[in-house]
Amino acid sequence: MTVLPLCPTPIMQHETVQMAHGAGGRLSQSLMQRVFMPHIHNSYLDLLDDQAKLDLPPGMVAFTTDSYVVSPIFFPGGTIGELAVNGTVNDLAVGGARPLYLSAGFIIEEGFSLAELETIVISMAEAARKAGVMIVTGDTKVVGKGQCDKLFINTSGIGIVREGVNLSCRNLHPGDSIILSGTVGDHGMAIMTSREGLSFQSRIKSDCAALSGMIAAMLDVAPAIHAMRDPTRGGVAATLNELAVSSNVGISINETTIPVKAEVRGACELLGIDPLHVANEGKLVVAVAAVDAAKVLEVMRSFAEGRDAVIIGSVVNLHPGMVVMRTAFGSQRIIDLPLGEQLPRIC
Amino acid sequence: MKYIDEYRDPELARKLLDEIRRTATRHWTIMEICGGQTHSIMRNGFDQLLPDTIELVHGPGCPVCVTPLESIERALLVAARKEVIFTSFGDMLRVPGSAKDLFMVRSEGGDVRILFSPLDALQIARDNPSKEVVFFAVGFETTAPANAMAVWQAAREGIKNFSVLVSQVMVPPAMRAILSSPANRVQGFLAAGHVCAVMGYEEYEPVAREFHVPIVPTGFEPVDLLAGILKTVELLEEGRAEVVNRYGRVVSREGNLVAQKIISEVFEVTDRQWRGIGLIPGSGLSLREAYSHYDAEKKFDVSHICASESPLCMSGSVLQGVLKPDGCPAFARECTPEHPLGATMVSSEGACAAYYNYHRNFAL
Amino acid sequence: MCLAIPGKLVELSNENGLKMGIVDVNGSKTRACLEYVPEIQLGQYTIVHAGFALKIIDEEDAAESLKLWQELIESGAFQPDEPDREPPTFESL
Repeated sequence: MTVLPLCPTPIMQHETVQMAHGAGGRLSQSLMQRVFMPHIHNSYLDLLDDQAKLDLPPGMVAFTTDSYVVSPIFFPGGTIGELAVNGTVNDLAVGGARPLYLSAGFIIEEGFSLAELETIVISMAEAARKAGVMIVTGDTKVVGKGQCDKLFINTSGIGIVREGVNLSCRNLHPGDSIILSGTVGDHGMAIMTSREGLSFQSRIKSDCAALSGMIAAMLDVAPAIHAMRDPTRGGVAATLNELAVSSNVGISINETTIPVKAEVRGACELLGIDPLHVANEGKLVVAVAAVDAAKVLEVMRSFAEGRDAVIIGSVVNLHPGMVVMRTAFGSQRIIDLPLGEQLPRIC
Repeated sequence: MKYIDEYRDPELARKLLDEIRRTATRHWTIMEICGGQTHSIMRNGFDQLLPDTIELVHGPGCPVCVTPLESIERALLVAARKEVIFTSFGDMLRVPGSAKDLFMVRSEGGDVRILFSPLDALQIARDNPSKEVVFFAVGFETTAPANAMAVWQAAREGIKNFSVLVSQVMVPPAMRAILSSPANRVQGFLAAGHVCAVMGYEEYEPVAREFHVPIVPTGFEPVDLLAGILKTVELLEEGRAEVVNRYGRVVSREGNLVAQKIISEVFEVTDRQWRGIGLIPGSGLSLREAYSHYDAEKKFDVSHICASESPLCMSGSVLQGVLKPDGCPAFARECTPEHPLGATMVSSEGACAAYYNYHRNFAL
Repeated sequence: MCLAIPGKLVELSNENGLKMGIVDVNGSKTRACLEYVPEIQLGQYTIVHAGFALKIIDEEDAAESLKLWQELIESGAFQPDEPDREPPTFESL
């Protein structure tokens, strides 16, 4: 019997992402069909055109973009995918826009597990569903081993700004109340304590969440809210400073009102880090006229994302561009911008 | 948080402040040695709440601040080497040498990692046998047991690809240097509680006698600090140059004898340069001969590297309590945390940085 | 200098011949070397610096000093000589 020599056919079923998955050929197609399309589909994406052609409702268009490079990509309370959806949704929502459409660009390191990629895609689809947005266009690129850290995601988003709403970081007025939607530092500490090499264990979960639903309800009862920001990198301290500088007003807050979860406090003490400098991914800082504060607070507290909302201070006529905290002891100190990366310290 | 929250009680703090106000009949200048205490004082605004009679000056107890420029330069050279994984506490990464800091070395391809414990550096050495793992062993007596244990354990396990760049300093010689200076204004000391946790406070008794100053081992929480200040003021008012412990839950007279034993097994006393201050005899620790093969300065032949500091920076006077940070002409002008002229502005607990972060407007 | 935080010992272990443990600070846990506090028992509090337990907290001393202060407050021994000063305002600083 003669055995016919078989031409070796290329391997089509991979466990990990290969350079060829990003080369536009058959493997690229198989990546789309196997990992993305089963989980993310809608009338725009399913056309597989190079662009999504969108019908937008009337109103001003809000447009934003953000890149997500978090490490680790799976962390307690979320994934890089959920972060990429919620972060961009929140950037639209804090401008008073109803988030509608997202793009998603993936930069994947060669050798990254396809199963993990799929898990992340599923988490993105679920986050988009919860936030009521559609991922309508996307892109994947594969880079060589070591050229990126597992997976980077960029998302851009489009939303329509509500009529009659004018939210801007330049709108703060003396007398405004400053509301914080909940505990500070959860996301940053969840990331930091789950990183290798720091010998930590904690049950701290990221607060990663879409705020668009809560924000819409807040604007329903108080369309005249002056400003909103989600205090991500740099934490509440950075956000308050940006607001104070942009509006050229002072902000005064009370130390005893700032909510911090017990475990986050513990981790911050251990690492010598100020919770006000730690990133959040599902929190909101709101500046609103004092007369509207109570009803905004009530609405916020009716949402899971705003259950612990509290007034932490007010906008004042003093020290323009500066944030000052009244300590538990009755003294005052400046709340400054954090300087770059938060480093665990021994001293 | 047990053993933290009780010592942050505003009511108790207010009563202690009242008692300090009542006890002090004249002006007293008290130095808190430790940068962590400076940080806590400024963070809680006690400088605003204490009576005008009590002047706190800030001591040299910040290892990041006093690590000499030449040690930083040596660290930068070692960290940049291809075969090296350079490990350090987070504090040291932003400290500038003459032209660079460790972050810049990392951005240029150096493998620089932040650790919480020196034992983690040993683990990295076990995991990376083809690499040389170097730990930047800075610190006061508090950190000496951790650094000493890493070396001792490396020797015990026979780990060869591990070494330490030592810049260990000690408090009592620095206190003597401050008290011996003709410019000295310090009348009483809050001794650094966690240094005393390791070393005890017996070694402060001769200092108190010789220089006729009260010395009070003190903790870091608001109530601890105020209780320490109150005791110092009482001793000053009564003219008693004694050492009285106000951090009894952590500090004993003899300290941690097990830790002291390993420190003296691994390290010996040496003269050391302090950034901004200069050479203080007998103020440092270096590896004993038996452990010299763990000395990164020798392993990588960098002990000849010298460096001199910017003449503009007055951190030496700040570190000795002669000058307050906001008394420096460059403070918050040429010198900011983004562009520090000296190390006291770099470390978040350096006196200049603490003033800048919490109170700079009061000076401007 | 020298951040050292009190926490409760919740686990004991041995790594590479060193006595190690897990210390809980308000629910967040960190690994610590216990070689310098060889007599420590589970449930005791210790201060941790740079991954090393440096001292078992003296509970008796802690309770005593707090009690003393509390008594001073309650007995009214700490009475201000002057009426409470208003906390300083930003402008006055």
